[in-house]
Amino acid sequence: MKLFLAQFRRDLLLAVRSRSDAANPVVFFILTTSVLGLGTDSDLGPGVIWVLALFANVLAVEGVFERDHEEGTLEQLMVHARPLFPAVLGKLAAHWAVSGLPVAILSPLVAFVLYGSTTGIPVLVASLLVGTPTLTLLGAIGAALTIATGRGGLLVAILVLPFYVPVLIFGASASAAAMTGEPFDFALLALGALLTASITAAPFAVGKALAISQEH
Amino acid sequence: MNDSLLVAENLRCTVGPRALFAGLSFTVDARELVEVRGANGSGKSTLLRCLVGLAEPESGDVRRRVEVQYLGHRSGNSGRMTPVENLQWLAGLRGGEPDRGSVDHALVRVGLGDARHEMCDSLSAGQQRRATLARLLVAPAALWILDEPLTSLDDAGVELVVELIAEHRARGGGAVCATHRTLTAGSASARVVALSQGTP
Repeated sequence: MKLFLAQFRRDLLLAVRSRSDAANPVVFFILTTSVLGLGTDSDLGPGVIWVLALFANVLAVEGVFERDHEEGTLEQLMVHARPLFPAVLGKLAAHWAVSGLPVAILSPLVAFVLYGSTTGIPVLVASLLVGTPTLTLLGAIGAALTIATGRGGLLVAILVLPFYVPVLIFGASASAAAMTGEPFDFALLALGALLTASITAAPFAVGKALAISQEH
Repeated sequence: MNDSLLVAENLRCTVGPRALFAGLSFTVDARELVEVRGANGSGKSTLLRCLVGLAEPESGDVRRRVEVQYLGHRSGNSGRMTPVENLQWLAGLRGGEPDRGSVDHALVRVGLGDARHEMCDSLSAGQQRRATLARLLVAPAALWILDEPLTSLDDAGVELVVELIAEHRARGGGAVCATHRTLTAGSASARVVALSQGTP
């Protein structure tokens, strides 16, 4: 827990210090959704919000280890954090708090602008709150694997998108069902299960991927 | 040699088709300084990374028996945090309470007393190197692994490194340094591991 907090606090501090970088994915989310609202008049399902939240996540998570790798702070993390698991989890939690969390918080506004109704919005927010941390955790595995190549970007997206698909399907279907008044609890529970699984497993995988990347 | 801090046995590392070193064995005992010498590109950094556990040797075995502190080529300090914040983070990672007193003390010792609340990005190269040296004092470890610790340091800084290593040895610690000049103080001696390309 101490390691988790030490890393969490540090990364939040860094995010606050470099607000403009940290805000990028959130700005992307707001811009794309609002432009979509203006540029299309056909009925867009809440799936659109989920797709854009997903892309905002890929954009954000891609660089999560980059700066630490360049500055050598990642090396220090690998040498000193025993065990590595809580430190990695702390880092990703801080990352989600400035990328996934604001997207979820802003989604009611975006949904209201797009659809002009408030039906199903609580479920949309809930699905994003439970779903986006899973995306961050899975995406971090891809980001960790590609640091050594020096250019994550598209490569991370290609690596992790297949693993994002279940989250996207359950997230979008929960939100869509809630909007049309159909049952949505199964999809939400499935998102919860995916999150539980990724919290327990992904930090290990990230640690292994980081160790492999450090060899170069 | 059961009380060695670190035992390296029969290490072999290659880059592409070229062997950096092979059949390399040595130990680091308490109170001992091991200087790793060799031309640029001879594999000093690679060897040190193997010793720390950041890299895997192609074959051979590294046994670390104590906690290790590693100073690499990269500073290991975030440029957007102050030396104080960086050291507190490190102390937190080691599971200790980030203790302001010992952090301040360490920074004064390495000559950064006045610059301790400035962002690392705005410090000079030499000052940044001093900030990394402060890690040795804040997160004590019995074995230091230092990769060219003298880079960008002035004469007083070189003196400081030599002193720190001497004190560390006096306390019973050991150190492995990749270096181009000796880091021993006074009459103390060092074991030299020379890397030359194409070691059989």
